[in-house]
Amino acid sequence: MYCDKVIELLKELERSREDTIPPYNNDGINHVLSEMKTLDAEIIDLLRTQKDNLPLDAIRLRRAAIERNKRCLLTYIWTRIQRLKEMRWEIGAILPSDVRQNLSQSEIEWFNNYCKTLVSYMKTIGPDTGLNLTQDTKPPKSLYTEVRSLVDAGKLELESGEVLILRKNSQYMLSRSQAEPLIRQGVLEQVRQ
Amino acid sequence: MLTIMDIDIRDLIDEEDDDNQEEMTAQKVLQIVERAWLNEKFSPEILPHQTDYVDCLLEQIKGMEGNLAKLSKTDPKVDLHKLELERIKFVITSYLRTRLKKIESFCVRVLEEEATRSEEDAYLSPAELKFAKEFALNADNHFDTILRHMPHLYNKLDRNKKIIEPNLNSFVFLKCNKHIDSVIIKNTLEGQEEEIVLEDGSQHLMPYSSIAEFVKKGTVQLI
Repeated sequence: MYCDKVIELLKELERSREDTIPPYNNDGINHVLSEMKTLDAEIIDLLRTQKDNLPLDAIRLRRAAIERNKRCLLTYIWTRIQRLKEMRWEIGAILPSDVRQNLSQSEIEWFNNYCKTLVSYMKTIGPDTGLNLTQDTKPPKSLYTEVRSLVDAGKLELESGEVLILRKNSQYMLSRSQAEPLIRQGVLEQVRQ
Repeated sequence: MLTIMDIDIRDLIDEEDDDNQEEMTAQKVLQIVERAWLNEKFSPEILPHQTDYVDCLLEQIKGMEGNLAKLSKTDPKVDLHKLELERIKFVITSYLRTRLKKIESFCVRVLEEEATRSEEDAYLSPAELKFAKEFALNADNHFDTILRHMPHLYNKLDRNKKIIEPNLNSFVFLKCNKHIDSVIIKNTLEGQEEEIVLEDGSQHLMPYSSIAEFVKKGTVQLI
């Protein structure tokens, strides 16, 4: 049936976890695009061969199928960039290699442009070097937060100028602003109170 | 630009207002930004920007951080002040984040509306406008990589198909700051209109579209 393939694409996306991006399904997309071309060719063919007695329903059906394919394909890529956008806010500008592998060339370009746009916007805020909006995402309940180091991360210079050496499985009290980016990078883990 | 009298960090925590009528205190600016933040958080559409106040507050924070650094580390008050500063920073970043999210979701719509406004009553700050334009262009370019492989009658994306509009009829909670004589509520189902009076200090639940103009003027506060 028409449009089956494109629905499969969308289902594949829907079944994956929301904080992940499944591999860009190039074959699936090409399949849908070629279905659209076939349908288009069929319409033109019908128009040419049966000029006197146009099979309007057949043409309408094919048009609707093309439109549906288009709509669904765009939904597919739109949903993917929405997830990519979430990742920019969660993980930062540098994507892990397993995510990068799953992206198409155009998606990588989109992501780089998005980072540029976002950074140049954040630079304009405030009096001097700008404001990092990806920080301070939760209302602060306390100034310090207890964290556990997941790796031997080495030296960390504190805001006060002291140097702390992060060892695997040790716990520390760090200021929230300093701990937040490290938690997101997976270096530290928040210890639940 | 706003002028702010040089304040001591204690003013941040004190609830008392200074008797200075001419110049705005940091307290007052903070209050404005907090209100803008709440309104932005609860309204379905993007509201006029308050960048001047945000910039002003950030300037203050910078000054206060400088003052704090000078104080002795053992002073218990330092941590309290720092926490207060973190709270204010959260309000500011959350406010700006909410706006960006709206700009991203309703990008086409926001840009169209912005084009009809003059520079003085622009809803977006110049930086936000730049962000919106770049975001729209970036999305269009990305769509185009797939659209150009489609049959030629179908390889364009209509404005109507890519636009996402905020639901202006969604219900909001609000508190009235001033007596408003007449608010018109449209009942879209039956096509009727109802006129009501909002008392000073009263709280209501109603469709956003009915009170949108009062939110922008600041006579009602979304809660």
